[in-house]
Amino acid sequence: METQTLTYLFVGATFALYIGIAFWSRAKSTNDFYVAGKGVNPVANGMATAADWMSASSFISMAGLIAFLGKDGSVYLMGWTGGYVVLALLLAPYLRKFGQYTVPDFIGTRYYSSTARLVAVICLIFVSFTYIAGQMRGVGIVFSRFLEVDIDIGVMIGMIIVFFYAVMGGMKGITYTQVAQYCVMIFAYLVPAIFISILITGNPVPQLGFGDTLVGSSTYLLDKLDQVTVDLGFGAYTENTKTNIDLFCITAALMFGTGGLPHVIVRFFTVPKVSDARKSAGYALIFIALLYTTAPAVSAFARINFIDSIQNVEYSVAPDWFKNWEDIGLIAWQDKNNDQSIQYSSGNALEGVRPDYSEQRGKNGERILNNKPNQNNDNEVYIDRDIIVLANPEIAKLPGWVFALVAAGGLAAALSTAAGLLLVISSSISHDLLKKTFMPKINEKQELLYARIASTVAIIIAGLFGIYPPGFVAQVVAFAFGLAASTIFPALLMGIFSKRLNKEGAISGMISGLFFTSSYIIYFKFLNPSFNSPDNWFLGISPEGIGFLGMIINFAVAFSVSSFTNRPPSEVNEMIDNIRRP
Amino acid sequence: MNKKNNSYWKSNLKILAFLMTIWFLASFGFGIIWSDALDEIQIGGFKLGFWFAQQGSIFVFVIIIFAYVYLLNRLDKKHFSNNSEND
Repeated sequence: METQTLTYLFVGATFALYIGIAFWSRAKSTNDFYVAGKGVNPVANGMATAADWMSASSFISMAGLIAFLGKDGSVYLMGWTGGYVVLALLLAPYLRKFGQYTVPDFIGTRYYSSTARLVAVICLIFVSFTYIAGQMRGVGIVFSRFLEVDIDIGVMIGMIIVFFYAVMGGMKGITYTQVAQYCVMIFAYLVPAIFISILITGNPVPQLGFGDTLVGSSTYLLDKLDQVTVDLGFGAYTENTKTNIDLFCITAALMFGTGGLPHVIVRFFTVPKVSDARKSAGYALIFIALLYTTAPAVSAFARINFIDSIQNVEYSVAPDWFKNWEDIGLIAWQDKNNDQSIQYSSGNALEGVRPDYSEQRGKNGERILNNKPNQNNDNEVYIDRDIIVLANPEIAKLPGWVFALVAAGGLAAALSTAAGLLLVISSSISHDLLKKTFMPKINEKQELLYARIASTVAIIIAGLFGIYPPGFVAQVVAFAFGLAASTIFPALLMGIFSKRLNKEGAISGMISGLFFTSSYIIYFKFLNPSFNSPDNWFLGISPEGIGFLGMIINFAVAFSVSSFTNRPPSEVNEMIDNIRRP
Repeated sequence: MNKKNNSYWKSNLKILAFLMTIWFLASFGFGIIWSDALDEIQIGGFKLGFWFAQQGSIFVFVIIIFAYVYLLNRLDKKHFSNNSEND
């Protein structure tokens, strides 16, 4: 069968499965809708958490980023998994014990203030939408490449599917679909990785193949990769190019940001007991680690295969994947030295970095660009890092059903995270804004209706983000993490571990964290991007790492404001004692 | 009751401090701060600092969470064995 047909088949079958599960487990009460009736088994919840948490950027973008960043890319691996430890040890069990529906619920009750609840809702909606935009872009890429439909139509199909199981099923539907999505996702990630590992190193375990010798030689893969990258003018693959302080801050921002991501926290509200919340966090990390320890191996394999398969190859005989991705606009080639062959090396190939395609074709059949070639280097290739995982099976010449599988996996990753986020957005609107703040008189049925309306609106907005994407998947997601680290995470952590922190402290802390972090990121990323270089950064910290500093500012402001305002009332003291008891 | 809660909370904090120290060493320590120094040691094809940054830290994290589950369950039993959980 043709790859195209297979892809339709795989994607269609998985979508039918998700809708079927959603129908079977649809929500009947607000308790079902928000927290799946608190009756989810810890192993199932672990899988659902893993699917929820591993987004399009984990599945599609991360390995590609690491392939081009080398050791610098470790920040994503350590940051995202290490943040999971922070969440599991410092937050999850206590928030489960608290026993309400949403994160703003906790903040509103702990800081005895509807203003604090409102600030938390705003931070949370901001974080969730930034994050969801990245997912929708992932859906668009997969659809346009594998199903050869327009990105816009692809995003709309994705929206309809999510609508079905998020709006109908609520948390209950989402949880059981996420279990299925985890299985699809991990299978789709491991199969090509194992194939490629065998092809390159002869070792069937990618985690070990990564440190093994190349087939038919006694050179280690990583040594070869170091040598190749240095020859092409990049830094050595296994060495850092960023400074330690920047690596430290980026890792910390990603870690504490993970701790503040509302759609992951809310997963721990769905299990029956506190001890189940702990156990479920452990299972989730095993499921996550399976993908995360494979990712750096995939990156190394992809980098070496990518270079081998195009370097000094004549464009007319270049592999199909190169031309297919060029057609979509994620690869570009400009023959600087007029030798009809592709040369890849360090530096931006084009002036203005991103390719601006004209309608014409060049004499080799390549797409002609309006960009001037960047004459400061010999690099002729522009490649979008987001395509590496998706293109990897093609680059390694694996059979067609493997691409079909990867397409289904990428969609599972994007949709599962998008659904989790949509639920958080809708519950914070229907529960925190309407029921608890503006319309306390509505009954459960009405609240459920508002929750469904809110998720519908949120899906439409998310879809618009997908059709008019605001940038690279991973970059946008980094923004969400910085904000979560500097706003929600400190309020939650101090709410549990400090009895002294009061509402004035928490609110001023969240606002100063939000303000500081977002202005730094907006300045360097949007207002003055040409200024975005290590010399201009504050203390040498990049916008990706600034959330860590925002978090410290939040802590400092919160504690100093608390120290000269009143202690929290005694009910809050009792509440804290209560959540500290298992 | 209050005394019992206090001693439970103190032991809990001790466990957390211990586990978070390991968490810090495995990631920020071996993966970033001392990573270049550890790169001098090579095991198979892996330089040790690079391995910690890309894989080792993740394996340590998994162990940390399961150690936490084990230690906390034991602590719960010691302090609250007579009370059934009322949640």
